[in-house]
Amino acid sequence: MARIIVITSGKGGVGKTTSSASFATGLALRGHKTAVLDFDVGLRNLDLIMGCERRVVYDLINVISGEANLNQALIKDKHCDNLFILPASQTRDKDALSEVGVERVINDLIQMGFEYIICDSPAGIEHGAIMALTFADDAIVVTNPEVSSVRDSDRILGIIQAKSRRALNGDEPVKEHLLITRYSAKRVESGEMLSYQDVQEILRIPLIGIIPESEAVLHASNQGNPVIHLKDSDVSLAYQDVIGRFLGEETPLRFMNYEKPGLFKRLFGAK
Amino acid sequence: MALLSFLFNTKPKSASAAKERLQIIIARERSGRSGYDFLPALHAELIAVISKYTKVNPGDITVSLDRKGDLEILDVNVVLPDAEVPATSAPARR
Repeated sequence: MARIIVITSGKGGVGKTTSSASFATGLALRGHKTAVLDFDVGLRNLDLIMGCERRVVYDLINVISGEANLNQALIKDKHCDNLFILPASQTRDKDALSEVGVERVINDLIQMGFEYIICDSPAGIEHGAIMALTFADDAIVVTNPEVSSVRDSDRILGIIQAKSRRALNGDEPVKEHLLITRYSAKRVESGEMLSYQDVQEILRIPLIGIIPESEAVLHASNQGNPVIHLKDSDVSLAYQDVIGRFLGEETPLRFMNYEKPGLFKRLFGAK
Repeated sequence: MALLSFLFNTKPKSASAAKERLQIIIARERSGRSGYDFLPALHAELIAVISKYTKVNPGDITVSLDRKGDLEILDVNVVLPDAEVPATSAPARR
């Protein structure tokens, strides 16, 4: 049975698209047929992060309005044979993203044998964000350890509990997962940043992972490579752990403790 | 003083303030949120049900939820049109 996963946050700039790209790639690397959909109509960026911006011909809105079929619009990922990207429209009116249209696209993807359908939500709580979460079975709420991000995450959780199809139909509720990104264990240790325990205590949903603040993320997005491909980076390992936990594996948390650099590191400034 | 704080690296510990503020504001926002979301749907369904039996103007049905301390009051107000006066549009059709 296919699972539909929304990557959402309320607040912008916390790492939704970065996380969508790496999460989708991670599932595909595990052998699952995966599609990742950009719901940010007017401000698409998933194509850039996935490195397929020059291959975009048709988009989600073209498919919804019947100007293209899904096979024409889906872009095959450059690294994984079983990963496909459906970009958002750059120009069109947001109202074109109709609920029946989105439902049809998702059902068609399920018919095509996709096991995981990842919906990359736009920031905010407007139409695009609602459409991204409407059909979700799981929600990954991306949160920075910072006051405005935590508050907005709580807000979007309320919306998931009120407006998702599962909530409206009275089905089993959307499974919520907390993903803390841009985490600096050093700043947490010195009392400058909310700890992951603090964030979890406030939001009260299960933690699926902690992604450390890292230069690797910018390095990866510069090149149009999902950061999970940077094999030796902390961030890649952290995203791989997230995939494992999502698939039901018991993986202990890491990167949540600060290790003081040794004398050698401090003297020679090695990273 | 600047030299002292440089030597002992005393940074302000502000994370606890962040946590405290978040706990207060989120508790308040959650209490305002819960329960209110079904009202528009309830309103629409009430109009549909009542319209099955009698003519009613959607504006004459109001649904509201009030909170007084621990007590929540769901207030549904339906104003039925006067039965004696026939609806103005009905005779014109024949």
